[in-house]
Amino acid sequence: MEKVIAGYSVDVTEEGYLTNKGQWNKEIAEAIAKEIGIDELTEGHWKVIEFIQKDLAKTEKMPTIRRVKNAGGIETKELYRLFPEGPLLKATKIAGLSKPVSCV
Amino acid sequence: MKRILILGAGTAGTMMANHLVKKVNKNEWLITIVDQYEKHYYQPGFLFIPFGIYSEKDVIKEKTDLLPKGVEYIQASVELIEAEKKQVILGDAKTIPYDILIIATGCEIVPGEVEGVDQGWRKDIFDFYTIEGAVALRDKLKDWEGGKLVVHISEMPIKCPVAPLEFVFLADWFFREKKKNRKKVELCYVTPLDSAFTKQKCADVLSDYFPQKNIDLIKNFSVSHVDAESRKLVSLDDREVTYDLLVTIPVNMGSKLIARSDLGDDLNFVPTDKHTLQSKAYENIFVIGDATDIPASKAGSVAHFEAEILTDNILSYINNKPLTASFDGHANCFIESGYNKALLIDFNYEIEPVEGTFPLPGIGPFSLLKETRINHLGKLAFRHIYWNMLLKGIPIPTVSPDMKKSGKKLEGLAVDVQS
Repeated sequence: MEKVIAGYSVDVTEEGYLTNKGQWNKEIAEAIAKEIGIDELTEGHWKVIEFIQKDLAKTEKMPTIRRVKNAGGIETKELYRLFPEGPLLKATKIAGLSKPVSCV
Repeated sequence: MKRILILGAGTAGTMMANHLVKKVNKNEWLITIVDQYEKHYYQPGFLFIPFGIYSEKDVIKEKTDLLPKGVEYIQASVELIEAEKKQVILGDAKTIPYDILIIATGCEIVPGEVEGVDQGWRKDIFDFYTIEGAVALRDKLKDWEGGKLVVHISEMPIKCPVAPLEFVFLADWFFREKKKNRKKVELCYVTPLDSAFTKQKCADVLSDYFPQKNIDLIKNFSVSHVDAESRKLVSLDDREVTYDLLVTIPVNMGSKLIARSDLGDDLNFVPTDKHTLQSKAYENIFVIGDATDIPASKAGSVAHFEAEILTDNILSYINNKPLTASFDGHANCFIESGYNKALLIDFNYEIEPVEGTFPLPGIGPFSLLKETRINHLGKLAFRHIYWNMLLKGIPIPTVSPDMKKSGKKLEGLAVDVQS
């Protein structure tokens, strides 16, 4: 479905995850963050978002919390402080990526 | 002679040995299988041991009794896979060269990954994913006076993702029917997932069982550490769950051999093509069973279906043909729900578990995503099928490696596009 976020018309899933990462930009990220209760994206938030985007492009797999810690150098406690409750669900949504699904 | 080397003589490795020995040209190919242990365990049986339904003798056989003639078996640990040199170094420093390597080294629990677990280990913190753990837990439950029993999953993925659910359902039955002290036992299920199970329709069905069986369900709980002294689980967002007896599913990781050989991801699982089962890094390395990183359940049924596909692909590889056999993520799992009943689920990468009949469309005898007594009998009969058919690579009539859509209620089902 289509949704207008920060003045841009983008394609999203029912849960609000972007389906075309080419439509993503930083203004959209900030708007989604506000929508899900993160008022301001700090340097710490951006470090996580950029790591997830880069790692996904490199490995073709959505990184896990463990990988964000090991390869991204972001402590899990810190990750939860930045994105409370479901950190990867929130961070991927803000990063314009698909919802991480536990397949098994 | 060229060599196919299989690392690991567990469920997946044993099946591959049995398949390949019948299919490859023995004048050209030697099949070697390496494993460090003597015993083969029927791992689905571990679930029943703490409740006294099965004992050790039901779940243990000698590996050598299960491997076919014509396969070279070496009992040894493996120190290193040197993929560039196409060779493996054993624990005794002996080198084995290979032309094709099949990694079937499985996964294992690593209790030390969650801080504090080691302090209470086998005192008031137990597992049932190892024979030692299952037996220790049986002995603990024998004299346990009651209190708060917490079943806990540390982190996904885990081997047999339905087993913890089965454990808590069986515990309810065990304390009510066998120990007659259910009133003295509080049951609690703690999961990092946002529902009882990973697949939505199945989670919806199972969620209803929690209030019915008076089991407390705590979701979205990502464990930070265990405070073994004051007996509580602490989450990363500072929630706490107290326990008297903790049955934890520790973090599951691939073999340390994979890490030493620099072939794995952050959990030591080997990056693998989810359809061909070829490793992503080396074209002459294939991976099967729990050792892969593919988004399928870590379960014996998955290894069984994979084995048929992988056998075809290895034969294609030997003959320089494209790898056309494609694994669809098919899994088939009984879920014990207590009181001599069970559910059955059958699903793949795209299609989540739904209602229906299995394996014969419209006939069964098993019912999908529904609690029946026949499903429970199927689960119990499965042990014999495992020892006598599955491990030997004998196909089960009417059960194909590709998941069948017939006999399933698929209307209105959202297809999982992510996988």
